[in-house]
Amino acid sequence: MAQAIAPQKRMTFGEAGTAAALAAFTFLFILIGAKAHTTEYSFHAFLLAAASAWGVFKIIDRFYARPAELPPREIDGRPNYNFEPVKFATVAAVVWGIAGFLVGVIIALQLAFPELNLFHWINFGRLRPLHTSAVIFAFGGNVLIGSSFYVLQRTSHARLAGDIAPWFVVLGYNLFIVIAGTGYLLGITQSKEYAEPEWYADLLLTVVWVAYLLVYLVTLSRRKEPHIYVANWFYLAFIITIAVLHLGNNAAIPVSIFSPKSYVLWSGVQDALIQWWYGHNAVGFFLTVPFLAIMYYFVPKRAERPVYSYRLSIIHFWALIFIYIWAGPHHLHYTALPDWAQTLGMTFSIILWMPSWGGMINGLMTLSGAWDKLRTDPVLRLMVVAIAFYGMATFEGPLMSVREVNALSHYTDWTVGHVHSGALGWVGYISFGTLYCLVPWLWNRKGLYSLRLVSLHFWISTIGIVLYITSMWVAGILQGLMWRAYTSLGFLEYSFIETVEAMHPFYLIRALGGILFLIGALIMAYNLWMTVKYGEAADTVPETAAKPALTPAE
Amino acid sequence: MAHTDTTDHGHAPQVDSLTGVSTTGHEWDGIQELNNPLPRWWLWVFYATIVWAIGFWIAFPAWPLISSFTPGILGWSSREQVAEQLNDLREQRSAMMTRLEDSTTAQIESDPELLSFARALGRPAFGDNCAPCHGAGGGGAKGYPNLNDDAWLWGGTLADIEQTIRFGIRSGHDEARVGDMPAFGRDGMIPRADIVAVADYVRSLSGLPVENKANLTTGAKIFADNCASCHQAGGTGSRELGAPNLTTGIWLFGPERETIIDGVWNGHGSVMPAWQGRLDDTTIKALTVFVHTLGGGE
Repeated sequence: MAQAIAPQKRMTFGEAGTAAALAAFTFLFILIGAKAHTTEYSFHAFLLAAASAWGVFKIIDRFYARPAELPPREIDGRPNYNFEPVKFATVAAVVWGIAGFLVGVIIALQLAFPELNLFHWINFGRLRPLHTSAVIFAFGGNVLIGSSFYVLQRTSHARLAGDIAPWFVVLGYNLFIVIAGTGYLLGITQSKEYAEPEWYADLLLTVVWVAYLLVYLVTLSRRKEPHIYVANWFYLAFIITIAVLHLGNNAAIPVSIFSPKSYVLWSGVQDALIQWWYGHNAVGFFLTVPFLAIMYYFVPKRAERPVYSYRLSIIHFWALIFIYIWAGPHHLHYTALPDWAQTLGMTFSIILWMPSWGGMINGLMTLSGAWDKLRTDPVLRLMVVAIAFYGMATFEGPLMSVREVNALSHYTDWTVGHVHSGALGWVGYISFGTLYCLVPWLWNRKGLYSLRLVSLHFWISTIGIVLYITSMWVAGILQGLMWRAYTSLGFLEYSFIETVEAMHPFYLIRALGGILFLIGALIMAYNLWMTVKYGEAADTVPETAAKPALTPAE
Repeated sequence: MAHTDTTDHGHAPQVDSLTGVSTTGHEWDGIQELNNPLPRWWLWVFYATIVWAIGFWIAFPAWPLISSFTPGILGWSSREQVAEQLNDLREQRSAMMTRLEDSTTAQIESDPELLSFARALGRPAFGDNCAPCHGAGGGGAKGYPNLNDDAWLWGGTLADIEQTIRFGIRSGHDEARVGDMPAFGRDGMIPRADIVAVADYVRSLSGLPVENKANLTTGAKIFADNCASCHQAGGTGSRELGAPNLTTGIWLFGPERETIIDGVWNGHGSVMPAWQGRLDDTTIKALTVFVHTLGGGE
């Protein structure tokens, strides 16, 4: 009866180690929660304790439910992909996206109607970082982690490395989001733009990020393809650079382990420079580089066309990586930052123009020979318009970095408009395209529930974006001109409050644009839900799409 | 890395039938790459931006050295630029500014050219410093007086206005105007029923309808005993004490019965900061003239 003897079931090192570590952290967090200096921090400590305890329970529960053998890396010579963490990140992206867009609408209305600052938990100062973090890190971050785990496996022909690790990355990252977001509402912030979370949230993210990098590298090292696909270069650049930026900008000393408050190591103009080295590269390496990775996989996949130029992808990748990192000082024109640093920031921003456009060219030209698909496939249309917005925003950015242009545009709503043409147009649309592709693939559906709804989403959102950015252009330029207007007698023509009053109609139009964008996202959520719930199952795993006709080279 | 699996994907370059361009022979999950060259225009614009940047580095401060930086051949500095612009502005204003400094507020108002200059200085100063409470047009808000009308709590002459701007009201400054409305109810000085009665009486002073006519006699007596010392018999108020005239129908906090009861109960007293030391003398002078000429100046 030798065959009946099943292999002995043992906890893996990952299971036992993670469970033990989480158990230890549960007690540590309970201790911190009990002795915390503030109730808000105490709440966070107990939340972390609950999350850790849940993790221990889940690992043990999962161990008893699973077969003795872990899932094999391959079945019948074909990679046995692990898409469950990808599914979680995909759903999280949709949920966080809608929450983030909704908060954006609320703060847009608060700017138009200050009476809406009802009480301290939801005043503008606390909701604004909630909005930016929700859309960038919660929505964008989940799209990136989810899509990267998908693309990594598919382009490496290898199962995602680790058993617990991918789940630790996805769940740990979303726990960080919850800690960060609730912290803002409760008033916990280190007041660094786009890096508001305090030291303990930063530490959590650091651990998660290291796990992310390891999962990525180990999976990549098991790839069956001789070369690393371009999308993976971009994802890796994103993971590594964000780690460096996160550690550099958040270097801080906590007052006590029992206090949420910390003091940043840097001070004065050095702090300002490091903050904008971080802030600008967060745009570069969180909102540009990894979304180009998405473009490099999902556009050729959806268009069923080869990538336009391998050489361009190499050159613009390395140019982008090396030049982006210099451009931060353009956020500090006409400040205490030395003139030479301002000049360098500005000139490198101009040099960055073509490396940015390299991605746009490669994305758009990949459609050559398949432009007709834009008529029939609204998902591809979303992604192509995303690339167009990317091109527009990466032209506008260098333009605004020029000192004399910046003198007019800085501190005005033009900046807000610029950011949103990139955020709504580029990041938003390429993410929507990705979600529309991923959901049928992950849940093994023949296609989306409704392409007409995708089309409706596209048009409603596009009108929303156009209203948003045109109103902010006009508002910003008007604001800049009013601030610098002098009377013939040599006095300022307008007081600041008059320039605030002048913004009101544009703030209304902007809020309307935001509402349309939010409605579009709700349509998407409905469409994706219906796809999962009622979509017709695909006959086979959509392993390979039909390839265009290729003939051997002479 | 050693890879032997070539069944899924060929590694020989192929030609794309739609464009006639060869691929690189790589393939990932069905995705291939064309071997197109870099677009020429892209490359040349890229070079052009680099050349432009080098030119900019030569002209302007750009590269850090060990203890200094390359200054650039134009000798430009942002600090000098802003100093120059401020200087130009000062020069443009200087002749009129001297006249403004040397004139009294009354002289300014009698000289149309000087008046419009003072108002040009006063207008943005009002917007940046006064408008948050008094409104962009000086129309006031609950607890903050309207500066356009003829009702003045502390007086509407040029001297009165300047005194108020300079030292404030209940600002803590030694020379600030101070007048305290007692908290008659909170401090237990008048019983609740009498406060209601006096509130009805106060409403009647400006001809507002009164719900309970019976209260008026009591109200009048309470008023005479407690309020008339500042607000005067008949409620015409006193500018010496900053006690508002209650007969005009112009209200600082509002004419509603509850608002008046609340005022008598708690004793409201708004604060206006002292601006001396925060604004220079010329700006205070210009603001005085600006407020005086808003419509209600005496």
